[in-house]
Amino acid sequence: MECSVIIAGFGGQGVILAGKILAQAGMDHGLEVTWLPSYGPEMRGGTANCTVVLSDEPVGSPIVDDPSALIAMNLPSLDKFESTVAKGGTIVVNSSLIDRAVKRGDAQVASLQLNELAEKVGSMRAINMVALGAYVKATKILPLDTVKGAMARMLKKGGKGEFVTINEQALEEGYNAV
Amino acid sequence: MGERMLLRGNEVIAEAAIRAGCQCYFAYPITPQAELLEHMAKNMPRLGRTFIQAESEIAAISMVYGAASVGVRTMTSSSSPGISLKQEGISYLAGSNLPAVIVNIVRGGPGLGDIAPAQCDYFQATKGGGHGDYHMIVLAPSTVPEAGELTMLAFDLADQYRTPVMILADGMLGQMMEPVELPEPIDVASLPAKEWATTGAKGRDPNVILSFDLDPEVLKKMNLALQKRYRQIEAKEVRYEEAATEDADILIAAYGTVARIAKSVVRMASAEGIKLGLFRPITLWPFPYQPLKELADRVKTVLTVEMSAGQMWEDVRLAVAERANTPFYGEMGGVVPTPRRILSEVRKHAS
Repeated sequence: MECSVIIAGFGGQGVILAGKILAQAGMDHGLEVTWLPSYGPEMRGGTANCTVVLSDEPVGSPIVDDPSALIAMNLPSLDKFESTVAKGGTIVVNSSLIDRAVKRGDAQVASLQLNELAEKVGSMRAINMVALGAYVKATKILPLDTVKGAMARMLKKGGKGEFVTINEQALEEGYNAV
Repeated sequence: MGERMLLRGNEVIAEAAIRAGCQCYFAYPITPQAELLEHMAKNMPRLGRTFIQAESEIAAISMVYGAASVGVRTMTSSSSPGISLKQEGISYLAGSNLPAVIVNIVRGGPGLGDIAPAQCDYFQATKGGGHGDYHMIVLAPSTVPEAGELTMLAFDLADQYRTPVMILADGMLGQMMEPVELPEPIDVASLPAKEWATTGAKGRDPNVILSFDLDPEVLKKMNLALQKRYRQIEAKEVRYEEAATEDADILIAAYGTVARIAKSVVRMASAEGIKLGLFRPITLWPFPYQPLKELADRVKTVLTVEMSAGQMWEDVRLAVAERANTPFYGEMGGVVPTPRRILSEVRKHAS
């Protein structure tokens, strides 16, 4: 079993952190993982992405030609990565910012208004956790509680424990929206 | 071994250096190795050790020379353009028989290049980069955990052979995260005393650390001593890994990041009925000529894959010596070859 996901969006949408939390959760679940960021000269408002591979055996390549899932937080991300997703893969689309349909007919699509869902939770900054929750439900890759636990520990370690509750709510919001 | 943690390659190299007893670290920041310097800035002062962000790469390697001279474990790190600046200092370290660890998180070149992963500094690392007849031991990790293990080893080898040792990785390995169990810290007090170090000549004759003598016969002797040690290193310290080589028709020869990508290709090729194996040098100097030569007698093709124009390829061809075909596939400028791209090259040579 090897699963991979590209999480892509604007700088500031938290795609890099979402990937770290997913990788941490995979590791906590006993899987082998790699997390690979794009680290170009990018700035707030530019595009950013990371690739996470989860496997039950040692991970070879941390870069993947055809990821089993894509989380596209904005249109440039969908345009760039849609064609790469493996047949039968999963695409989570932020329809708040993407006003076109997914062209692929051979992928499972979860199209969600992530901006609105994040606002409902009370913080636009939690949009990455809404997206991650949706991805976890759509792929059943890990138990949601494992992801919540990884998120809580990473935020506390970074001195941001006060944001754990709202991010838990965001993960649930995304999870329940699929 | 301790707790399993999710860490970047850069962080793991830094933490491993600390656990190997690195007392003094000097560097100047550069992408994509910044997290290494940051980890040292955060932790070395807390441990009562020395962290200095030098005014330049040349200053940093010169500080390494000073610290190594007084016998403490010392390290610097940089990325390609910064490593070029350090070459004079590395030559002096080698000429003066000083142990030190130098980390190169390679990026695209030549010149200012870019900040993406590359392997274009192989010649510089393995063939002597600076002036004079010298080598460094060059260790090439392929995963984040291995980056930690080889960093620990680098300090031991540097002390054992009184030589600079380089960790040659790339931007991808520096930036990516993987689970790692860090090795336990060593007991610095248990390390053998360095009788040659310049620690203040109280009650003994002064020690002299020099890479200089105006008498050609004396300098020749100094060179012969270096060369004798290099032959010992070549005899004892060759390291490599083989994967799926037992009944292989084709081998990929690759190191570092490309070698781990090639491990995925081995699986993909096997699913297509192609008998593909992997030969991965871990020491780039000394290069594992002999084991590759022996493998070359058993396969039809040794395909070298690198993120360069074909630098390790020269050593592969020296080892194979026309026992097998030696095609090459490389990417440059910071482009990383994907598994599918490598597989399509393999297919070209599968009979």
